[in-house]
Amino acid sequence: MNFKLQKIVPQLITVLAVVLVFGFFSYNAQVNMENRGIDFGYGFLSQESSFDVQFSLIEYDGSHSYFRAYLVGLLNTILVSVIGIIIATILGIIVGVARLSPNYLINKFAAFYVEFFRNIPLLLQIFFWYFAALRALPLPQDADAMFGVFFLTIKGLYVPAFVWENFNVFFYSIVAAIIAIVVIRIHARKVQETQGKQLPVLWISLGLIFILPLLSFLIGGVSLSFEIPKLKQLAATSYKYEGGLNLPPELIALTLSLALYTATFIAECVRAGIQGVGKGQKEAAASIGLNPNQVLKLVVMPQALRIIIPPTTNQYLNLTKNSSLAAAIAYPDLVLVFAGTALMQTGKAIEIVSITMLTYLSLSISISILMNWYNKKIAIKEK
Amino acid sequence: MFKYLKQLTSLVAMVAVLFTFTTETMAAKKSKTLKNTQKKGFVRCGVSQGLPGFSNADAAGNWTGIDVDVCRAVAAAVLGDANKVKFTPLSAKERFTALTSGEIDILSRNTTWTLSRDADIGLTFVGVNFYDGQGFMVRKSSGITSTSQFKDGISACTNIGTTTELNMRDFFNSKGISYEPVAFEKADEVVAAYDAGRCDTYTTDKSGLAAQRTKMSNPDDHIVLPETVSKEPLGPVVRQGDSVWEDIVRWSLNAMIEAEEYGITSANADSMKTSDNPAVKRLVGAEGELGAAFGLDNEWSLRIIKQVGNYGESYKRNIADTGILPDRGPNELWTKGGILYVPPAR
Repeated sequence: MNFKLQKIVPQLITVLAVVLVFGFFSYNAQVNMENRGIDFGYGFLSQESSFDVQFSLIEYDGSHSYFRAYLVGLLNTILVSVIGIIIATILGIIVGVARLSPNYLINKFAAFYVEFFRNIPLLLQIFFWYFAALRALPLPQDADAMFGVFFLTIKGLYVPAFVWENFNVFFYSIVAAIIAIVVIRIHARKVQETQGKQLPVLWISLGLIFILPLLSFLIGGVSLSFEIPKLKQLAATSYKYEGGLNLPPELIALTLSLALYTATFIAECVRAGIQGVGKGQKEAAASIGLNPNQVLKLVVMPQALRIIIPPTTNQYLNLTKNSSLAAAIAYPDLVLVFAGTALMQTGKAIEIVSITMLTYLSLSISISILMNWYNKKIAIKEK
Repeated sequence: MFKYLKQLTSLVAMVAVLFTFTTETMAAKKSKTLKNTQKKGFVRCGVSQGLPGFSNADAAGNWTGIDVDVCRAVAAAVLGDANKVKFTPLSAKERFTALTSGEIDILSRNTTWTLSRDADIGLTFVGVNFYDGQGFMVRKSSGITSTSQFKDGISACTNIGTTTELNMRDFFNSKGISYEPVAFEKADEVVAAYDAGRCDTYTTDKSGLAAQRTKMSNPDDHIVLPETVSKEPLGPVVRQGDSVWEDIVRWSLNAMIEAEEYGITSANADSMKTSDNPAVKRLVGAEGELGAAFGLDNEWSLRIIKQVGNYGESYKRNIADTGILPDRGPNELWTKGGILYVPPAR
């Protein structure tokens, strides 16, 4: 009895302390807000925002609501995070493998890259890529076309836009190709498990993903044309491109700096993962007649991934959270649009900051859940 | 132990009562902010992160500007020394939170007085120390001389969290021009981006444009267009709910403007004590009991004039002589064709 009490009392006290602290803060905030005549409430979300945003994935202008502005910021944050994560992962794997290369030059170059980029504060790197790039890039009228259709200028990267006809047919063909590939992979595994034969799954997959969409063009009535950016004069010395798609320099600078920075950490995770697989594993795999490719694919990587995934998840979370530095260079992410402009125009500091915090929390937890699921999938299944 | 505790409590209470009676007037008792300021010995003032003419720190950390002078005037009135001010540089985004949360007691940071700010977010505007309006800056080489030459697709650099962002939308919408807003958190980045050529135009308050132009790599390459697209009355702000403090800040500013109207300057203030004009004598503390109403002595306004100067001196020192806006325009006294008009100090 006494022993039980000893275990429960400290826990009760802890819970009570936490409740009291939170209670005190919310009470304090309430009293102070009342004293200063500040209303609390989320009603402002449906009001007209009356400010415009530079870059948006959904239709938005100042006549939409603050909630719509929130969505614009959220989608922009997700966009830069997803692109950043993809580039950082690819770059991280390449550099991580390069650090283990027996080639002296490749090895040292990768090491230099990692040490250089991970030891400079991210905000400085963002400023560097933004302002250095801005100064170095040509004005729209001086830009040379790359491959005749791309224009990299101080006002952003202008690329041709796709103009689709019957886009849905094309989309379904891709979905069909993916389903077919999944079915074939399952079948191939069965064949290998029962008959020991290996089917050329990779080639079949590549063929499917290429041929089905091609068929949609040939017989599905899909057609694709390009809208190429054209130079437009605004004033004697100021120009811009019209038509096509514009990737603003803010997006490019932010993605680039986030990816380059995070890739260094992912590279170290990859290196640690590969080095963490015992030498004996490789030798054993080679001794039963697997070729080097198969050794990497079937023996080393499955074991290395178990070491690589958990710390890499952390890096994905870091990249997502670091994207909030966007506010410094005018990329309209969640912090700039919602916790910046919207907060200032409404004065609803507590409401907006709490929504923003909850949003980042949800984003991070979603990434965690996804990565944990993947981690569990590749973990050793003890029988 | 409890025996002594009781005696100790009554002793503390007695000392406290005595202390209150000897050092505090009624007004000071009513104003928590005034009491705290006198206890701390300095005025806590929120300013910009560097806007020449309004609030700008030099290399040695000395703040100057007409917004800075408002805080110095309050310090002179309340504490007797215009230098007893602690300046907190704030971004446009942080400024109101800093004030409502009690980090600062006066926000004197080229802040536009609007209905929603005054009514909504626990703030009170006490007056106007600069009448401004939003304008546009462009590169001279662009050949643009009027906003009517703006074309679809123009990109405009500005700050977030300001009335500028809203006015910009109103302006371009009313003209039916599509535009690309590029909004930064800090003014320095706006200037750097516009200077590099990221934007075709830079828009903010005209005084701000004139001041930031001096920071460009080559100021002569840029012009401010003549059109003014909005009303921007800039002035100091205090927290809602302390009417005595509000009055002190309001009348510190008003005293500077009225001193100019009556020709009282930092140089002649002492000799004005023998003036024939009762209004002048009241302002330099030789007649009446003006300070008592907000718990100050009678020479509060004299100290402001002697230590900070009148509004005209402040304007000349900070804005005219620095080449930002030599012409006072609407910020001239009502007697000289401007719209500066303050209620009488009596």
